[in-house]
Amino acid sequence: MDRMHEFRLSRPDSLDEAVALLARDPLARPLAGGTDLVPNLRRGIGAPSVLVDLSGVPGLDAIEAGADGSIAIGAGVTLARVVRDDAIARALPALQQAAASVAGPSHRTAATLGGNLCLDTRCVFYNQSEWWRRANDFCLKHGGDTCHVAPQGTRCHAAYSGDTAAALIALAAEAEVAGPQGSRRVPLERMFVDDGAKHLALGRGEILLRVHVPPQPAGSRNAYRKARPRGAIDFPLAGAAARVALDDGGAIASLRVALTGTNSHPLLLDGTAECVGRPVDEAMLGGLAKRVQKQAKPMRSTVTSSNWRRTVAAVLVRRVVAELAFAPG
Amino acid sequence: MPKRILDVTINGTRREDAVADSTLLLDYLREQLGLTGTKRGCDGGECGACTVLIDGEPALACITLAARCEGRRVETIESLARSGRMSALQAAFHEKLGTQCGFCTPGMIMASEALLRRDPHPDEAAIRAALGGNICRCTGYVKIIESVQAAAEARE
Repeated sequence: MDRMHEFRLSRPDSLDEAVALLARDPLARPLAGGTDLVPNLRRGIGAPSVLVDLSGVPGLDAIEAGADGSIAIGAGVTLARVVRDDAIARALPALQQAAASVAGPSHRTAATLGGNLCLDTRCVFYNQSEWWRRANDFCLKHGGDTCHVAPQGTRCHAAYSGDTAAALIALAAEAEVAGPQGSRRVPLERMFVDDGAKHLALGRGEILLRVHVPPQPAGSRNAYRKARPRGAIDFPLAGAAARVALDDGGAIASLRVALTGTNSHPLLLDGTAECVGRPVDEAMLGGLAKRVQKQAKPMRSTVTSSNWRRTVAAVLVRRVVAELAFAPG
Repeated sequence: MPKRILDVTINGTRREDAVADSTLLLDYLREQLGLTGTKRGCDGGECGACTVLIDGEPALACITLAARCEGRRVETIESLARSGRMSALQAAFHEKLGTQCGFCTPGMIMASEALLRRDPHPDEAAIRAALGGNICRCTGYVKIIESVQAAAEARE
């Protein structure tokens, strides 16, 4: 890897100061665990003048379980803590499974939930060394004017690859974001847009503070499943999270499904309301898989074919919904 | 070049050193302190050869900024031997042939050290999970896992 360019590391001890630093300088970048940002900087992707280390901002490292069953998780909580937190393990296994499947154990001690949610999009033409990208005239996402995945198009097709986003979207979480104009809360899926070159719907100076996970519906179950090249450590080729509740007759009472690794943003699957009232059988699961095939839009941004990833996304959704519906207990 | 004085404890000794804001922990350890036991492998956070302990938790020195270790405890492979005698974990890697070319070994041992402190009696699945981010390109992982198991028994 290349040596890093020079930058200033600033560690503000208040939220206002962090927001001001990021708002003032268009080249400033927020730094959480750094497990993705630092390798990217070493590959010459971006040259921020200032890295704003968010670890000194008070309150970002808290996990707060409310009396009503809600859980608020600070953006600075490490993935290792998410994995071993009892309240999360009990109520939000999808989040625990997703966090446990991010990278390796030595990354998760530094990597944060906020960092994984805001994870840069990935592409086989982008996550490469400076000389590799230069030999290819760079790409639309950084330094070039052509997307090598879809040269005729006008947008970047790098894939969103954060695991925890799919889990949290299936769990109906909201993102709390602070910026120069104060703070706001949005459904997590609305913090993203389907554009590989600018996938975060955050303004200049805006920081993700925490996610609020509401109480989960009584009797509902949730889980996350992921396909990746190596089981021990890898980004998702496709990831699927689901939250399923059944009525007394065994039919679907409510269903939320979210995908990651397939599009340039994590997406909440559209049309799951049509499954409500139906038994979990081949017809229902087949219809659900068809919806996934239609809405997942993987492009050739990894070394596997896009059709394979689309098929796998559908299989993962079928599998996780069936597992949750038929799990004992 | 923005620089600062870094106050950090390395292998039990507190020290102050001037580092650039952009200095990586790996470069600080190897180039400034001469602690070359921590290896530069993939140099991009993918192979685990540079695993060290920060406040007792395994971390990758090649993607950690040295300046972020302010006030923290960093332990490297050099901290394990006492008066020239290998630790039980190091001896187990030696006895059980858990090391071949040896390049991945410091990272393997530091990741295992973190595991054994947290869980003195890990089963095979726990060992495999703890070493999931450490890659060996010589041999396989069976001997490495046996070494950690032997070390766990020797520590009893």
